[in-house]
Amino acid sequence: MKKQNFFLKYKSFTFFSILGILIILTAIFAPVVTKGVSPTEGNLLFGLQPPSAEHIFGTDKLGRDIFTRVIYGARTSLSATFTVVIIIFLVGTMLGILAGYFGGWVDIVIMRIADMMIAFPGLVLAIAVAGILGASVKNAIIALSLVSWTKYARLARSLVLKIRNRDFVAAAIVTGSKTPYMLFRYMFPNTITTLVITAATDIGTMMLELSSLSFLGFGAKAPAPEWGLMLNEGRPYIQAAPWLMIYPGIAIFIVVVVFNMLGDSLRDILDPRDE
Amino acid sequence: MSMKKIGARLLQMLVVLLGISFLTFLLTYMAPGDPVRTMFAATGVIPSEEVMNEVRESMGLNDPFLVQYGRWLGNCLRGNFGESYAYGKPVVTLLLARLWPTLRLTLFSMVLMLIVSVPLGMLSAVYKNKLIDYFVRLITFFGVSLPNFWVGLMLMLLFCVKVNWLPVISSAGDFKSMILPSATLAIAMASKYTRQVRTAVLEELNQDYVIGATARGVKSWKILWLNVFPNSLLPLITMLGLSIGSLLGGTSVVEVVFSYPGMGNLAVSAITAYDYPLIQGYVLWVAVIYMLINLLVDISYNYVDPRMRLKR
Repeated sequence: MKKQNFFLKYKSFTFFSILGILIILTAIFAPVVTKGVSPTEGNLLFGLQPPSAEHIFGTDKLGRDIFTRVIYGARTSLSATFTVVIIIFLVGTMLGILAGYFGGWVDIVIMRIADMMIAFPGLVLAIAVAGILGASVKNAIIALSLVSWTKYARLARSLVLKIRNRDFVAAAIVTGSKTPYMLFRYMFPNTITTLVITAATDIGTMMLELSSLSFLGFGAKAPAPEWGLMLNEGRPYIQAAPWLMIYPGIAIFIVVVVFNMLGDSLRDILDPRDE
Repeated sequence: MSMKKIGARLLQMLVVLLGISFLTFLLTYMAPGDPVRTMFAATGVIPSEEVMNEVRESMGLNDPFLVQYGRWLGNCLRGNFGESYAYGKPVVTLLLARLWPTLRLTLFSMVLMLIVSVPLGMLSAVYKNKLIDYFVRLITFFGVSLPNFWVGLMLMLLFCVKVNWLPVISSAGDFKSMILPSATLAIAMASKYTRQVRTAVLEELNQDYVIGATARGVKSWKILWLNVFPNSLLPLITMLGLSIGSLLGGTSVVEVVFSYPGMGNLAVSAITAYDYPLIQGYVLWVAVIYMLINLLVDISYNYVDPRMRLKR
């Protein structure tokens, strides 16, 4: 396949990666997009103003511009989500490969812990962990990672088990390949496709769960601009100022849709069996 | 599933519960925040450090970790989950009072979800790649991408503030106050489940017996409801059991949105108040409920799929 054709062939992937990149760029260049308006400082005189030409999404109780806060919120949401996905991808895959490759008690210990996590509603434990550790984005990331790595471990383990007893693996060991080499050159590449697909489709889910945690008050702390937190802060004004809740919600929705579509189209490319 | 298998599952559940209990205890043990201080703060008087230390001593909070865990576990096994720091009542009493509202909410939203997603999923499978299938897929796609607490807030804005049909705060816990919370939960769940119904039914539709039956002139609705649907029940029930897990997690968020008097709402306020015994009790209870439901799901295979009975 020629390189030029790739983007034309997979139109949906191309389209949603462009949107995804746009979202990421918006987050990075938030100060430019919002023309230098501060997300955390407002003028109390202009509190709770409905959307207008000056404040296209309106202002909150403290007179802060909602549009600015929504744009800056993308920074928190995206960086936290990507951190969670990268952590669970790396930790889960590594543990899964170790369990599958070594078997025996390593396998038993790792997989029993994974079973324990799976036999339990994840968000409940995440809420408890995030709440107990104290409200902060870092702790929300820890909590979600703690309950979400198991899926990757199981997948990686089953993929490793599929090739563990094949002849080429035995041949590599016999010819003196060291264990780390075996893990990285033989086991890891075999798991990567499936796990990258899983990670890509997980971005949206993780973003939703992170914003749920923030909404409950177990994630980002005021005055940080974070979508879940903004919805929580807007809740008492549901009657007087519904715009406080409408726009951050739409922001979450759009970003999750884009990344879900991106994940789906990536799966279609990498895993044609599925259809 | 034979009795022997059920016994093995129960044993496995016990091991998992032991692990969960250890984890929750460890977490609350390491947690920042001083429960004794919180307890006194609730009464409005902060006594001297010596007095507080005495209270800590008498509550056993100064003992080594494993001693505390062992004592706590022993009490739990006897049905004593301790006393809530914030409410001054036994955790069991508090949780029991909230158990039924949460279960009722969960069951009601599950029924709502099934009413919506089974017909939609089948429709979408039967008319695969037709307009109606695209439409269903689009809707469900949006459904899974929406944060459920936001859906709750928007429903609230629509039905309570704009048209004033339903109560904003569901603290009464009656049927009327259950409508919006369960609709919120059902929207997210139904979107996921409709896709799973579609996949499961599609899988069955591709089987040879469907072509055979069609060739013999059996009416297509008969094939669909009498053959295809019963055959796709097995994966559907499994997925239903699994989705109850996210339903139980989702209830805590939705309960907070609507101030619904359930266990999740209680747990969230317990976490903010560093009410450790209540948090521990809640986490353990949810784990037990979830596992029991999944055990029931496994046992139900016996009735849904006769092959399971033969297998032993």
